Amino acid sequence: MSNQSYENLTRGIIKENPTFVMLLGMCPTLGVTTSAANGLGMGLATLFVLILSNFAISLVKNVIPDMVRIPCYIVIIASFVTVVDLLMAAYLPSLHARLGIFIPLIVVNCIILGRAEAFASKNTIWQSVLDAVGMGIGFAGALTLLGIMREILGMGSVFGWKFVAEDADTMMLFIMPPGAFLALAGLVIVFNKITGAGK
Amino acid sequence: MSYIMIFISAIFVNNIVLSQFLGICPFLGVSKNSSTAAGMGMAVMFVMTLSTIATYLAYHLLLIPYHLEFMITVVFILIIASLVQMVEIILKKVSPALYQALGIFLPLITTNCAVLGIAILAVQKDYNLTHAVCYALANAIGFTLAIVLFAGLRERININALPHAMRGTPITLITAGLLSLAFMGFAGIGN
Repeated sequence: MSNQSYENLTRGIIKENPTFVMLLGMCPTLGVTTSAANGLGMGLATLFVLILSNFAISLVKNVIPDMVRIPCYIVIIASFVTVVDLLMAAYLPSLHARLGIFIPLIVVNCIILGRAEAFASKNTIWQSVLDAVGMGIGFAGALTLLGIMREILGMGSVFGWKFVAEDADTMMLFIMPPGAFLALAGLVIVFNKITGAGK
Repeated sequence: MSYIMIFISAIFVNNIVLSQFLGICPFLGVSKNSSTAAGMGMAVMFVMTLSTIATYLAYHLLLIPYHLEFMITVVFILIIASLVQMVEIILKKVSPALYQALGIFLPLITTNCAVLGIAILAVQKDYNLTHAVCYALANAIGFTLAIVLFAGLRERININALPHAMRGTPITLITAGLLSLAFMGFAGIGN
């Protein structure tokens, strides 16, 4: 793999992590991460849409007139979101019910339109797919991490496996809305401390 | 369901930003000072109400009769995007003063998930048209209330000394968390 490809693939994971560094796609990040499984599910759904939309947009980038490119991108993204929505409703109905409104809202996730506009519209198909994989993994990883953290603190379990007594008191706050903000703030502080960013 | 209950529930109990997590991007991005925040709130109120009417009619007059309910995401986002464009053009011509006030916020609203989210929720909840309009308006008021309060808090935070790693995003998120905690005090009203 060439240097350029490697750079495009890994950029989204740490250096330009969409969640911790760029703060994109905050609604699903905060809204669905009440458990690790929900975070992972949402992350994978977004990863899937991101790869397909980056692929499709970089495929047709020379055909779309510049004036109407954003509406075209939105239609392409919305079509893939519909595909994911229907697939999840058919094969993962319980996850689909838990993620609820946030599945159709993948359309307006700034990460996807952002990558389409900033990367896929200017680069080759292969590089765009690599970029999508990196960004998608960065996003899915961040959501899973936040989900794991909130589930441990709020429920005393990881991916549904409970490691405290059934009647133990857990910090329920962390699976309620305020906990989402506080947990993400904690993760961003740690991330900033490690990477030295945010100065 | 009475109209008053829709308003109380949407503004305080299930606040769109602080408990449903819709519209977080403008909430965090456009809340550096109160007057900009109020402008964004007004723009959202305007667009959200209009787009909910438009998408509601499209859903019931087009999608349901032709059994195209699965197209809801594609159709709704297109309606909202073109509506925002249209509002921008009309405002520019008809009311330059209003355009001056709301203009810069309008393009941002297309990708505001609150607008699409409320449009989808309004049809999912099986409201009739007047209930749907009230629901959209109430949520928009909830959004404005949250973002204006939040901007006020952020203005105060800026004048305080903070540990290095907490500056910027983290303290903003913690503030939002505390505001959300405060709004949880309304839970249970109207049940």
